[in-house]
Amino acid sequence: MFAYLIKRLLLMIPLLLGITLVSFVVIHLAPGSPTEVQTMLQPKASLEAQQRLRELYGLDRPLHVQYWDWLQRLARLDLGRSFSPDARPVWDKIKERIGVTISINLLSMLLILVIAIPIGVIAATYPHSWFDQATTLFVFLGFAMPGFWLALLLMMLFGVYLDWLPLAGLTSHFYERFTTWQKIQDLAYHLTLPVLVSAFGGLAGMSRYMRGNMLEVIRQDYITTARAKGLPERTVIFKHALKNALMPVITILGLSVPGLIGGSVIFESIFAIPGMGQLFYQAVMARDYPLVMGELVIGALLTLLGNLLADVSYALADPRLRTG
Amino acid sequence: MAGVARHREFWARFYRNRLALSGLVIVLGLFLVSFLAPWLAPYDPNYIDLGAMLMPPSANHLFGTDPLGRDVFSRILFGAQISLKVGFVSVGLATLIGVWIGALAGYYGGWADNILMRFVDLMLCFPTFFLILAVIAILEPSIWNIMAIIGLTSWMGVARLVRAEFLSLKNREFVQAAQALGAGDARIIFRHLLPNSLAPVMVSATLGVAGAILTESALSFLGLGVQPPTPSWGNILTAGKDNIEIAWWLSLFPGLAILITVMGYNLLGEGIREAIDPRLKE
Repeated sequence: MFAYLIKRLLLMIPLLLGITLVSFVVIHLAPGSPTEVQTMLQPKASLEAQQRLRELYGLDRPLHVQYWDWLQRLARLDLGRSFSPDARPVWDKIKERIGVTISINLLSMLLILVIAIPIGVIAATYPHSWFDQATTLFVFLGFAMPGFWLALLLMMLFGVYLDWLPLAGLTSHFYERFTTWQKIQDLAYHLTLPVLVSAFGGLAGMSRYMRGNMLEVIRQDYITTARAKGLPERTVIFKHALKNALMPVITILGLSVPGLIGGSVIFESIFAIPGMGQLFYQAVMARDYPLVMGELVIGALLTLLGNLLADVSYALADPRLRTG
Repeated sequence: MAGVARHREFWARFYRNRLALSGLVIVLGLFLVSFLAPWLAPYDPNYIDLGAMLMPPSANHLFGTDPLGRDVFSRILFGAQISLKVGFVSVGLATLIGVWIGALAGYYGGWADNILMRFVDLMLCFPTFFLILAVIAILEPSIWNIMAIIGLTSWMGVARLVRAEFLSLKNREFVQAAQALGAGDARIIFRHLLPNSLAPVMVSATLGVAGAILTESALSFLGLGVQPPTPSWGNILTAGKDNIEIAWWLSLFPGLAILITVMGYNLLGEGIREAIDPRLKE
């Protein structure tokens, strides 16, 4: 297992380099140099800010030197300073918001699993039943539904007409004065819609995937054997089949990380949640380049980390992988 | 000719699939609406009528009006043009890149394959939406930039598909025969391998149009896509969000347009997939 982990970590290095290289290329996409664009589009950018950008990227030096320099800073999590008036270090800004985004994404992953697995299993156990057909319809709807539109509809229903849930924000006024229990309640209250909406997109894919997996497994010989032994159907489905059908789900979950992180931009700006997504949106609107670049790199790193976690859990679950 | 027989079989299967047909009808309807928008629309989509701001749906304004008194129905009809354009241009670009990279990797194998596929892995590591936003922060949001960026960030699936097809085809007898006859690499790739791998590419392109339309609408919704006054479904929804407590029609109708369109392309894509290979139907 340890050897496998080391191998995976080593494989991450070239990917990491590639990610930083692509991000670096993106910065240099700007017609002219970023500092010029800065002055053209945003007169606000002071000479001092331009100077900072030039320092950060060393724009007057050869490209490979610039890249190497930037990498070294990156290794120390020095992503430069934001262009916004407070001029705080980019990493500090991201650090205070990353927790919210990760928590929401983890919650929605959990929700996806809790809902999609039973749906997939039941649909596969009774193929072509009304439940299976309803699932198919739901899957098609899920794939076609723009997440931000679902968010608007739910906001309208629960926030405006029924007035059950808050329209925006992460906490209420006077949050600091609440007891711990009240704080948890208040957070849950505010997070219900965002988590629901961000889980919805993945839900369709996962339940369809689960159904396909389950159908595949049920056809296997060992399931026939289990049935032939006279085991009750429930044991066959939930013990023998489900375990094996669940394995690839880990990989799919890992693959869904970039989508979830990307989606956080939309949901966090709609629901006014102070996370990485909202910060990124604000950075793009303000053309705060150091912050944009920092977010891009950290977002890609999170994805890489998600994939690594998925691979490692897969190896933990499947002994063939770690020994072979 | 085997080709003709195969086509006939394809259409026979396609016509029997009700979901696929409804997808085709939706997509054709969308084409029609975009081309006929100037004649179908009851109002100029950009005509501002400050006397009719935020009017609920009525006989005069089928889908109501927006905060500037513009007719939402007309704006949605014209918005279809944007969706069509974005869908086709960005997917065309993505397919072109994906086919090239996939073909090179699959045909030549070896280190070329290794490098190209690692690049694909790398691009898949980026949260695409982050990458798109970062580029938009640098370039300006405009419909051409949006199409280019969506195309440049969504070719990876096609590349993997084409590569897999090439790998499975390149050792088949007909390719060996062509090689034995002295056909060059270019001829083998373009005349023999590519035409035989186009079916799955078509499926992924059709599904890709749906994805591109979703991305564009999300960008426009955030104000980073198609810029007003040009109507797009996404930017009408922005007004919907700003007026969520008073004007439900601004949120409902453009979203429905996106939902139906995307569903149409998805159904069509799945239908083509099943008609090409009936074994795929579970």
